[in-house]
Amino acid sequence: MPEASRRPRVALFVTCLVDLHRPTVGFAAIRLLEQAGCQVEVPRAQTCCGQPAYNSGDRATARDLAAGILDAFSGYDYVVVPSGSCGGMISHHFAGLFDNDPQQRRRAETLQAKTFELVAFLADVMKVTSVPGLYQGTATYHDSCSGLRELGLKSQPRALLASVSGLTLKEMAEPETCCGFGGTFCVKYPDISTRMVSDKTKDIASTGADTLLAGDMGCLLNMAGRLKREGSPIRVRHIAEVLAGMTNDVPPIGEGRG
Amino acid sequence: MLATSPAFKQNVKGALADAGLQKALAFTRPNFAGKRSAAVAGLPEFEQLRDVGRDIKNHVLANLDFYLETWAGNVERAGGRVHWCSTADDARAAVLAICQKAGARTVTKGKSMISEELGINDHLEQHGIRPVETDLGEYILQLRKEPPSHIIAPAFHLNREDWEESFRASHTDLPEERVFGERRDILTEARKKLREEFLAADVGITGANFLIAETGSSVIVTNEGNGDLTQTLPKVHIVLASIEKVVPTLEDACTFLRLLARSATGQDMSVYTTFSTGARRPADLDGPEEYHVVVVDNGRSAMIGTEFQEMLRCIRCAACMNHCPVYFTVGGHSYGWVYPGPMGSVLTPSLIGVDKAGHLPNASTFCGKCESVCPVKIPLPKLMRHWREREFERHLTPQTMRTNLSIWAWFAKRPGLYRMATRAAAWVLGRMGRKKGRFHTLPFAGGWTDGRDLPAPEGETFFARYARQQRDNAS
Repeated sequence: MPEASRRPRVALFVTCLVDLHRPTVGFAAIRLLEQAGCQVEVPRAQTCCGQPAYNSGDRATARDLAAGILDAFSGYDYVVVPSGSCGGMISHHFAGLFDNDPQQRRRAETLQAKTFELVAFLADVMKVTSVPGLYQGTATYHDSCSGLRELGLKSQPRALLASVSGLTLKEMAEPETCCGFGGTFCVKYPDISTRMVSDKTKDIASTGADTLLAGDMGCLLNMAGRLKREGSPIRVRHIAEVLAGMTNDVPPIGEGRG
Repeated sequence: MLATSPAFKQNVKGALADAGLQKALAFTRPNFAGKRSAAVAGLPEFEQLRDVGRDIKNHVLANLDFYLETWAGNVERAGGRVHWCSTADDARAAVLAICQKAGARTVTKGKSMISEELGINDHLEQHGIRPVETDLGEYILQLRKEPPSHIIAPAFHLNREDWEESFRASHTDLPEERVFGERRDILTEARKKLREEFLAADVGITGANFLIAETGSSVIVTNEGNGDLTQTLPKVHIVLASIEKVVPTLEDACTFLRLLARSATGQDMSVYTTFSTGARRPADLDGPEEYHVVVVDNGRSAMIGTEFQEMLRCIRCAACMNHCPVYFTVGGHSYGWVYPGPMGSVLTPSLIGVDKAGHLPNASTFCGKCESVCPVKIPLPKLMRHWREREFERHLTPQTMRTNLSIWAWFAKRPGLYRMATRAAAWVLGRMGRKKGRFHTLPFAGGWTDGRDLPAPEGETFFARYARQQRDNAS
């Protein structure tokens, strides 16, 4: 833990899906970061990390959006993102967008080095070993692809979930298999995507868990959407809500207020 | 081979509705990944070997002319002949000319993907020469007149009952009471038929897993031994190989052999690994009288120096497709050309054009599993993304998607306006979905809602709530 006199200044990159769809995840991230001893700010000039453009082959738009993020996020000790895929976009792909612009490339490399996915940041940088969350239930955790393979996120979420009192973790047979979201893939190839997420929900259901957790809103919307279509009672939440003890603030994803 | 890649979406619909295919895919799915990971766990230096493999291939690709010339010189010195072929047409003509000169009527074949790429079988048949596939999977596909659906397990899409049906339809001398309950029954039947073919063949055609520059050798690995009978029994042996198969030394070939079978089938080594150097020498007890290598470019040299050069490191182990959730959902034939799965999604556009194969690099979630198991560390998702960039530049991306993207980008570059738009959208959707928390259908969202509900947003955006809280805290 850093000394109290020098709390790291952390900029939260909210992500467009958390902003639009699940703001509670952003507030959960702020709570977790503050409890870990960070001073959290939310730069206003942020929208999207640019993945929809980048993965559709539109590098120019991705570069423009990245340039905006470089401007808005350069003055902080760390940038933290409650998503492995958006976090991976900033921390692994931004510099490559500026191959022809050495000055911007250097700025992007600097930003890359201080950008972290939320759970990885808490566990690896802030050395958080326990969180205040309470949760009565049995949860299974889906390893979202970018977090797992780009950022090496595997043990950290499990270690922190183990410190949530009341929560039992049950693993799927294939927690690392893609859920079929894939950004624009899920609407470009809905037949394939639906079959993939159906395979996933079978695996989720076979654990007997009553709760599904993951760290990426895209995957969560996909899996929750399929579970609800199948009439499953499994509750779906972003891991940050559980770690921060904010599950009373909002119903599970895809469930109403009655 | 005629590409059906442009009809990828229709192919997928058919594949998803094909109960037999889905049964075969579900049956095989757990096998390869489990075997590979056990084999990798048994070799502590496997990860370093992947780096070594990548580096050797990069070195070769940077000096390809040198290694090919060295290799060709050594082939000729060992009494073999090298036939340089720029195009598929050249290669087909070269193979046919060798077969015709040998007066061939029957040609046995070991398993070779480049042969599929070149369409050798059709070409020989058109000229009155009978090709006989001797790999068990390829043999059944030849009976069924189907292309392979996988690069190392060609009949991946078939179930045991399909095999029995094909044998009964083609081997008309089969007694009714013959049973095909076990794999061994299938093998015995194929072996009996193929023995006759091996002995009758005038020419044997194999592929090559590697060409070794320092010795002029070609290497094949098989599990059935059919490749050895194909290349040693007939008077003439033709090796089909593409230009990127060359490696500098025997030791390098051994590095790749350590990577190949573990990545492919999870074996430490394949059952047969055979090195062929030149034709039969006077003191040799067996071997072909002529040894030819038809070495094929067919579009590969054009990849050198481009962002797709890394694809030429591929050693055709199939680990990428064996671990691909999309491959296991749609099967190999959906990809519509010779090479399926992630490696095909990069290679196919290079070889037949992205205008025809544009779906393939798009039909990926970029989950990254393929790259994580590739023995030569080809960054397959990155290369697929490069294809999407080429498509975007050439306006091959569907117009509705371009329009949606440009509207979204216009807002995303203007945080103030973006904020207003998202605030309104979240509010409307949040109100509409407040009670149930999700939508069963929604205008313009059919791609999503045909197969799953769309969870409703909370209703207030993060930034609206955050600004409200900041104001409340300040007052």
